[in-house]
Amino acid sequence: MNWIAIGTLSDIPRRGARCVATPQGKIAVFRTADDAVFAIEDHCPHKGGPLSQGIIHGAAVTCPLHNWVISLETGKALGADEGAVRTIPVKREGERLFIALEALASRAA
Amino acid sequence: MTEKLVIIGNGMAPGRMLEHLLEQAPGRYAVTIFNAEPRVNYDRIMLSPVLSGEKAYEEIIIHGDGWYIKHGITLYKGHKIVAIDRTAKTITSDHGVTEPYDKLVIATGSVPFIIPVPGHNLPGVLTYRDLDDVQAMMLAAQSRAKAVVIGGGLLGLEAAAGLNAQGMDVTVLHVMPTLMERQLDPAAGYLLQRAVEERGIKVITKANTQAITGNGKVEQVELADGTIIPATLVVMAVGIRPNAALAKDAGVAVNRGIVVDAGMRSNDPDIFALGECAEVGGMVYGLVAPLYEMARVAAHQLAGDETAAFVHMDTPTKLKVTGIDLFSLGDFADGDDRQEIVLRDASAGVYKRLVLKDDRIIGTVLYGETSDGAWFNDLKKKQTDISQMRDTLIFGQSYQGGTPLDPMAAVAALPDDAEICGCNGVCKGKITGAITGKGLTSLDDVRAHTKASASCGSCTGLVEKLMVLTLGDTYNPAAVQPMCSCTTFGHDEVRRLIKAKALKTIPAVMQELEWKTSCGCAKCRPALNYYLVCDWPDDYADDYQSRFINERVHANIQKDGTYSVVPRMWGGVTNAAELRAIADVVDKFEIPMVKVTGGQRIDMLGIRKEDLPAVWADLGQAGFVSGHAYAKGLRTVKTCVGSDWCRFGTQDSTGLGIRIEKFMWGSWTPAKVKMAVSGCPRNCAEATCKDVGVICVDSGYEIHFAGAAGLDIKGTEVLGLVRTEDEALEHIVALTQMYREQGRYLERIYKWAKRIGIAEVKRQIMDDGEKRRAYYERFVFSQKFAQVDPWSERVSGKDKHEFRPMASVGFAQAAE
Repeated sequence: MNWIAIGTLSDIPRRGARCVATPQGKIAVFRTADDAVFAIEDHCPHKGGPLSQGIIHGAAVTCPLHNWVISLETGKALGADEGAVRTIPVKREGERLFIALEALASRAA
Repeated sequence: MTEKLVIIGNGMAPGRMLEHLLEQAPGRYAVTIFNAEPRVNYDRIMLSPVLSGEKAYEEIIIHGDGWYIKHGITLYKGHKIVAIDRTAKTITSDHGVTEPYDKLVIATGSVPFIIPVPGHNLPGVLTYRDLDDVQAMMLAAQSRAKAVVIGGGLLGLEAAAGLNAQGMDVTVLHVMPTLMERQLDPAAGYLLQRAVEERGIKVITKANTQAITGNGKVEQVELADGTIIPATLVVMAVGIRPNAALAKDAGVAVNRGIVVDAGMRSNDPDIFALGECAEVGGMVYGLVAPLYEMARVAAHQLAGDETAAFVHMDTPTKLKVTGIDLFSLGDFADGDDRQEIVLRDASAGVYKRLVLKDDRIIGTVLYGETSDGAWFNDLKKKQTDISQMRDTLIFGQSYQGGTPLDPMAAVAALPDDAEICGCNGVCKGKITGAITGKGLTSLDDVRAHTKASASCGSCTGLVEKLMVLTLGDTYNPAAVQPMCSCTTFGHDEVRRLIKAKALKTIPAVMQELEWKTSCGCAKCRPALNYYLVCDWPDDYADDYQSRFINERVHANIQKDGTYSVVPRMWGGVTNAAELRAIADVVDKFEIPMVKVTGGQRIDMLGIRKEDLPAVWADLGQAGFVSGHAYAKGLRTVKTCVGSDWCRFGTQDSTGLGIRIEKFMWGSWTPAKVKMAVSGCPRNCAEATCKDVGVICVDSGYEIHFAGAAGLDIKGTEVLGLVRTEDEALEHIVALTQMYREQGRYLERIYKWAKRIGIAEVKRQIMDDGEKRRAYYERFVFSQKFAQVDPWSERVSGKDKHEFRPMASVGFAQAAE
């Protein structure tokens, strides 16, 4: 996989998220309370809300527009709602964070 | 033959010993007393009332001169003993009197501890120990100048209250974080500090005194952090240590105090010691009850009863400051093997805590209501197993019925006139009557109809038991809606526990209240964050990750992920310069839509998140601050033009609206708060459908509240009529604070008012001036921390990460 450096863990507040701009749109990178890191498309399966702006709890985020709850691990909507958002491979080496861009490229192709 | 008994010291302990001895063995001893103080035996505990002017010295004398004459006791006043000769069995005073003894009792008491900071020996530095100190303090107080009391323990606070009562401007310095930390837990210490401060005494905790300075006399006290406090009088009340020097010089065994056995006898069989100078079983004592017990034991021993023995006892502490009720007993530290029962009634200023271990009371702290102290003390002393009455224990002795001690039976056994809700004075009969008479089925119904459990909520458990008793199985107590699926507690319970347990962080709440999830959810976290901001304005650090995005970035998110921005226009008034600045911002950032809002503001929609700080910077240049159009907080105060322009206007409604808005902006509330001020009953500002509205009339200001014009449409209720603008502001602020303290997160004022009752709001805000004032003060205090413009903060770089992408990647590849 083609790992691209996107910054360090401390760039993201605990229970917070930052965006990474890509040609295919924004990717939301999340850091949970226990420092796990996830990346998903910044686009709620419901009405396209920016998931990076939601409240993060456990390994899930609540969309700021209509309160859908999305699992950061699977990208699937939790509870009664149905839908999924694409997850992006992310890895952490010490403090540094990387996402796999090939996944993006293959989608673009 | 009469033996010669000589006593060194004439305080309360030897005085009591003599009383016992005269009763047990009259005529056995010829008694001689040497008193370093030039006076008879007086009640030292009552020095504080003497200092505060509540009592005179004559009123606190225990044994007058006549008593010594009557019992043939020789009293040397003003004689300090300088030597004991154990071989010759004599003692010698500083005036040269030498007296032989058969038995000697040393009761030299204690000496105040002096912190050896530079300047501790300057004139004007006093201790608080005897009548001379009190008289010196009273003399100093005549100047009505500034006093500093070092030490926030029992003595220090009593000294501070006394000096304050004498008209001095008093500051208490305490090195620990809370007052009286040896007797009180932090929660009670906090209540105490508030009560002390309400008397006008300043309290500085964590205060490390570095030096006392002045030119020939005390002029100021310097703290380690550089704080300088001017003072003409400094009272050191940081503790005492046993005065055992004389005994030590004579070769009597001395550790912390004079070491005595359980019979109060030292290692010299003819020498006894008692009082604060004595160390028995490794302990020294400073409170009167154990000292009197020592006196009893010593008297028995001297009378020939060698079985008399001193047994260690915990003694309750009480503060002798009029109007502050405080009781502390035993051990109240937290521990894994301990459990606690806490009852708190914030509005009545009551806090009670029992610490239990193995179903027995080991510690008690009572604040505000101490009448059951004796009973708890008795249970502790007797090691009573309290498991049978555990559920009602904290309510005190009067709630313990006969044998059937299950809580249900205890509630059933209560008479109809037993008070259930202390806040609102609701008795049992009224509640059960309302349940059957009005067919009430839910706790909220009972609250609405009777007000029981509608204020602090601490009686909720009792009210629910009454409902079960009255309704039987048809009542399901679990009907209390939990806050969210992370907890079983409802909002009210959580709010109460945050205060009761002094929980000051979200993790602390989740830990203590046993949250079922690791870090909550999008429902409970913003609610908890608000409750903590509201309850601990000075202590709590706002958790931005627990705020909805709008409050995190101080703008309103739109469906396409862009934001809208509404600058504040105080009272809806603007001018050419402001409008020009808005027009320039709209052009510069190509803002697609500009709209006038329902709250008389201008809304700019469609701004990209990355542009927000730059937009705010430009708006800030023109003097704009955030309009909080996104906040669960004060949004807008809408006004009409009032008496300045309108031919019907009765008061300056625009001016009042602006004043309210400038006073209240920045405050967070359970849900949004919109206000309006209309200058006459024609009501052009539409004040009668707002959360809070004012209708100006000729005779003053009619204050309205609990209106709604959204999902529900509801006209306001009238709170009352006040005469002046100042009163209008105070009432509105107090009402808002009451709502802030009691409302559930996202509950608008009209729903809150319906829940607790319109009449209750009126009672607390209109009728109870003291309560109103207290609400007002708490609001003002919290505003000190809330009135910071969030836009200018972010223009200056705060939360930069919010407004920038973390990285931009992949564009190079895409271009290839």
